[in-house]
Amino acid sequence: MIFNMEFETLPREALEAIQLRRLKAVAERVYATVPFYRKTFDEAGVKPGDIKSLADITKLPFTTKKDLRDNYPFGMFAVPMENVVRIHASSGTTGQPTVVGYTRRDVDTWAELMARSLAAGGATSDDIIHNAYGYGLFTGGLGVHYGAEKLGASVIPISGGNTKRQIIIMRDFKPSILTCTPSYALHLAEAAEEMGVDFESLLFKSGIFGAEPWSENMRHEIEKKLYLSALDIYGISEVIGPGVAMECLEAKNGLHIFEDHFIPEIINPETNETLPPGATGELVFTSLTKEAFPIIRYRTRDITSLSYEPCICGRTMARMKRVQGRTDDMLIIRGVNVFPSQIEAVLMDMDQVEPHYQLVVEREGTLDTLTVLVEVGEKAFSDEIRDLQKLEKEISHNIKETLAVSAKVKLVEPKTIARSEGKAVRVVDKRKL
Amino acid sequence: MHAQQISVFLENKAGRLAEVTKVLSQAGVNIRALSLADTSDFGILRLILDKNDTAVEALKNAGFTVRKTQVAAVEVPDRPGGLHDLLEYINGRGINVEYMYAFVAPTKNNALMIFRFDDADAAVSALAEKGFAVIDGETLYTM
Repeated sequence: MIFNMEFETLPREALEAIQLRRLKAVAERVYATVPFYRKTFDEAGVKPGDIKSLADITKLPFTTKKDLRDNYPFGMFAVPMENVVRIHASSGTTGQPTVVGYTRRDVDTWAELMARSLAAGGATSDDIIHNAYGYGLFTGGLGVHYGAEKLGASVIPISGGNTKRQIIIMRDFKPSILTCTPSYALHLAEAAEEMGVDFESLLFKSGIFGAEPWSENMRHEIEKKLYLSALDIYGISEVIGPGVAMECLEAKNGLHIFEDHFIPEIINPETNETLPPGATGELVFTSLTKEAFPIIRYRTRDITSLSYEPCICGRTMARMKRVQGRTDDMLIIRGVNVFPSQIEAVLMDMDQVEPHYQLVVEREGTLDTLTVLVEVGEKAFSDEIRDLQKLEKEISHNIKETLAVSAKVKLVEPKTIARSEGKAVRVVDKRKL
Repeated sequence: MHAQQISVFLENKAGRLAEVTKVLSQAGVNIRALSLADTSDFGILRLILDKNDTAVEALKNAGFTVRKTQVAAVEVPDRPGGLHDLLEYINGRGINVEYMYAFVAPTKNNALMIFRFDDADAAVSALAEKGFAVIDGETLYTM
């Protein structure tokens, strides 16, 4: 279902006219109200009036995570605090948290985009949404919540954690839409199995999963174990939160970016040059309508590509491919770029192994070593040492074939790799550089 | 005439073996025989137990990866060359021993060995044919 038929199916020309008008306005506004933007625009020698066409966006300077940290906590806000009704912040696991604010209208825009996303995932006002994204400073929980209410669906604000209770609620309330991180979806499947609750007997139609990178193979795994259609949603708090882009149930092939509110670009992260449609690089976003926290050419550090091909669902908005990794998740092992998602894909291609893994990077002398910890489930377990050693060699061989990097594979007992209730810890980098 | 062996995957780190024995002890399961095969990273604990189903359930609940394997318990004459005769005979029939270990309970004048053969059915009938005593599971678990 398309929630906002008028905007989501705008002819390209009309959409671009709206984008240009809004881009000019946001450039004027940030230049006038945010000292940081006035400074970076001036340093780049560009004035808001220089924006004559959409292509002129490349004249504007980039904004990075570091810029947001330097202006911690409220330095990037474009409205007085009396107009800010909500504050969210990133977890800060990679440094100081980044803080974002919303006006009343921003909260409403966000709810509209999340309602569009849920509808694209098959949700209607008749559905019960089991929302297991964390509620709090993290944008996941409240983002989905407001969208669900906007759509008129019934939302269960279960938040993250207390997995046993989640299974009982699912069994008793029979929700039809699941929203959580993909790793937590698999965790729920495991927990349900342990409790003797069969997902096949539940009524889930679809699951809307995001907030961490995942793979096509993981989609199949989730669909098989949870008996639902697994869809990818994209959003980061710096841009607005969940609901920046969403896959449609019809095509399940790329995430529609809500371009009437954001302009996406793909750049080469090393040279900063803009890349053409189809090329893979770093995703950059400019917000067009946000009031409290507008953002200009934000470097998301997510790696993907854009497609402007028409979609069978009828939406005219550009699609981004599933995020393939992050420029900062990328591990460089002996000069080879390695994304955890690539290792995951290798493991998921092998029938015997479970998608529970962790990469440990160490440095012995001047040499980087990569160890991949893989859990041994019942499918992989043999009572003979040589079978297990063969499995280790096979995994190692497949990693070498696919990624051109040597890895030592170590089999570990089930559930020894930390299952976070939110984001899975996939990489432990012990190198002291 | 087969017996069930329970195999458990163990990481090679402190306290894991004790964790298995704790789980079995709490479940009231008695260990009849065991063997541990290991590499530098992991090990496989092979167990002959008196209550297989109880043990498997308890171990799975404790988070272990567990597998049931068919093995044969065979009486081996307790004299020089006793085991050799058996192995030579089995070898002559084209059957391989994957691994073997000794059972602790004493029986008359014979030693009792647990064998894992690549072809368990062929091995058991060949041994019976030659007059080797193959002990069935139910007898074995309560010996």
